[in-house]
Amino acid sequence: MTLEIIGISVLWLFLFLYVIVASIDFGAGFFNAYSAFSDKQHVLTGVVQRYLSPVWEVTNVFFVFFFVGIIGFFPQTAFYYGTTLLVPASIALILLAIRGSYYAFATYGAKINHRGYIYMYGLSGLLLPAALSPVLAISEGGFIRLEGGQPSLDYWALFMSPLMWSIVVLSIAAVLYISAVFLTWYAAKAGDAKATTLLRKYALIWAGPTIVTATGIIFELRGHNPEHYANLLDLWWMFALSFLLFLGTVYLVWKRRNYGMAFILLVGQFFTAFFAYGASHYPYLLYPHLTIYDSFTNESMAIALIIAFIAGLGLLLPSLYLLFRLFLFDKDYVKGKSDYHA
Amino acid sequence: MGFEDTALQSRILTLMTLSFHIIYATVGVGVPLMIMIAQWVGIRKKDEHYILLARRWARGFVITVAVGVVTGTAIGLQLSLLWPNFMQMAGNVIALPLFMEVFAFFFEAIFLGIYLYTWDRFEDQRKHFLLLIPVAVGAAASSVFITIVNSFMNAPQGFEVLNGELVNISPLLAMFSPAVPTKVAHVLATAFMTSAFVLASIAAYRLMRGSNHIYHKKALFLTMKLGLVFSIATAIIGDFSGKYLAEYQPEKLAAAEWHFETEAEADLILFGVLDGEEAKYAIRIPYALSILAHGVPNAEVIGLNEFPEDEIPPLWIHYLFDTMVTLGMWLAFFSFVYVVGAWRGWSIITKTWFRWLTVMTGPLAMLAIQAGWWFTEVGRQPWILRGYMKTSEGATTSGNVDLMIVLFAGLYLILGIGTVVVLSRMYKRNPVEDELAQRESNKGGEEQ
Repeated sequence: MTLEIIGISVLWLFLFLYVIVASIDFGAGFFNAYSAFSDKQHVLTGVVQRYLSPVWEVTNVFFVFFFVGIIGFFPQTAFYYGTTLLVPASIALILLAIRGSYYAFATYGAKINHRGYIYMYGLSGLLLPAALSPVLAISEGGFIRLEGGQPSLDYWALFMSPLMWSIVVLSIAAVLYISAVFLTWYAAKAGDAKATTLLRKYALIWAGPTIVTATGIIFELRGHNPEHYANLLDLWWMFALSFLLFLGTVYLVWKRRNYGMAFILLVGQFFTAFFAYGASHYPYLLYPHLTIYDSFTNESMAIALIIAFIAGLGLLLPSLYLLFRLFLFDKDYVKGKSDYHA
Repeated sequence: MGFEDTALQSRILTLMTLSFHIIYATVGVGVPLMIMIAQWVGIRKKDEHYILLARRWARGFVITVAVGVVTGTAIGLQLSLLWPNFMQMAGNVIALPLFMEVFAFFFEAIFLGIYLYTWDRFEDQRKHFLLLIPVAVGAAASSVFITIVNSFMNAPQGFEVLNGELVNISPLLAMFSPAVPTKVAHVLATAFMTSAFVLASIAAYRLMRGSNHIYHKKALFLTMKLGLVFSIATAIIGDFSGKYLAEYQPEKLAAAEWHFETEAEADLILFGVLDGEEAKYAIRIPYALSILAHGVPNAEVIGLNEFPEDEIPPLWIHYLFDTMVTLGMWLAFFSFVYVVGAWRGWSIITKTWFRWLTVMTGPLAMLAIQAGWWFTEVGRQPWILRGYMKTSEGATTSGNVDLMIVLFAGLYLILGIGTVVVLSRMYKRNPVEDELAQRESNKGGEEQ
């Protein structure tokens, strides 16, 4: 295993973790806003606030970790992606700011629960995946031109690309699906039958669109990036496994059985699909300009980063375990029986 | 040149983001220590007031942290969005502390969440207190790592350039550049000092607005004492910073001091206006610049004449330097008077005009922080990486930076107003007197 592969695997793993925890966060905000809109607010607000408030900063760090890490391991990505993503990334930052300020001002602070704010917060949860996921389309190539040695993004081509839109739709559907399955489990643990029923319904609604758009993207790649498509087909068995895991989740949720296992299967489904996609993208970070080899940092920095990463994990894993034990696996807290907020 | 210049636009947006972020970052680094001290004093003295002080500070703190996370994410991403050419180069050499900063913040965020949601969950207050240590350590470590990156920009080392290629890269050597000791110490001490004064301002303001509760008096005395300690520390470290500059970035010190010709027995110039190379209406302190730079009155201080004209920082940084130093001195002096006055029971410290001056300490300290960062950043110009890369070479070539300036200005305005409104509303709705009374009656209930 080369240093390049270790580096990209670590980053991809953290991006995957971000996709999962952020999806839960984004989707929950949207469901919360939707139920406020249809006057079912009391059903979800408690569940959403008890789970999300203590952990959202941690969620955000996964994202920061990814973009700081990729500059560390692959500094040339700063040149290509940094130059071209100014506008979409700035929009994503503004949307993240809306979410962060909602936690700061509405849940920690003076409890400003203005409806407009709840809607904005909920909507930002849908717009964020839409703002971030086009990067995946851009990485497939064809949208970045080099002009006088400087990269620039062809907005029009991107905007007209069915591939980009499919990825956006998938990201939104997946956010809602992941979130609904997780929250069904959380609500069931909290013993909140009403919320469980509602969230289970959402989970089943969004399962279909998720799998349909995901399959659609594979076929769109055939036209857009044949090389990547061929690599994807070589890994067909991983996607097949992912699909089986998907069926398992839907089955359990449908039968109202073992929501915890349903969520674990869902994580497995996305894990296999995400890594199959990532592996088939190898070695390109950006078709056809950038591979993990020609953008890689020097050896001494790579080793230093990996050592720092291992030391950091040694510190973080026990801390994360403590956090989850207190807020995710503590029965009294989940059920809302104990409130020790400062 | 002009506003179409993306390098200039990128500088403006970065300046805006950093100036806004540093407010939250400073509070974010300093306040955990203040909460720790208050809670510790409360546990030791078995004084409910100090415990409640810690708790109320923590409530406000979490709001500033949340906004700080937002602005911190913004600057983290903007570094690559606005300075892609710089980050491509710097990523090869100084990525390690940036990476470590994420871990430090990660650590802090986890324990902050736990600390906040576990008040009164433990029988033994000391267990809850222990949760605060990783928060304070993580916060301080974050600022240390980021300051290390900034130090590298000022005094780059740990690599060589051979035919335009970076060779012999040593990430550790790059991390421990000569700028690190003074810069890190200065950042930490001023963050603690500023946080102490900001909290002192709040207590003084409450005392002025009618509340005469002993709670506020305890808060004020504690924070002024801490402010005094850290402002003295800041002054001492500031002196070492001068010596660092004289050795490694003499052009920055010379520009700040309008020191045009290399000479011994150099005067320190305070204030004034520049007329050609002549400082008018300025206060000149004989030998002081030589002492600041090298510790002895007859030492030679390098002047601007030794540098090519296009490598000299803008001369207006003199005012930033003066603002920072004057405010720092004033805060040390003022807190000294307050602390002595409180010990000796001088009535002057409770006079309205004196209270107003006390209220001003927080904003003035924050102003000094701004002046200091502007000084160090503008004073490094025209370099983004001193001696290796000019700021204009590091900037993005992308369009639309001007639009982003407008977008982010709006965002920061809303976040700033939101912070003030939410914080003041939160404390007004739940005044400390009510909360103390309520805790008292709760206790009564439990005894029965």
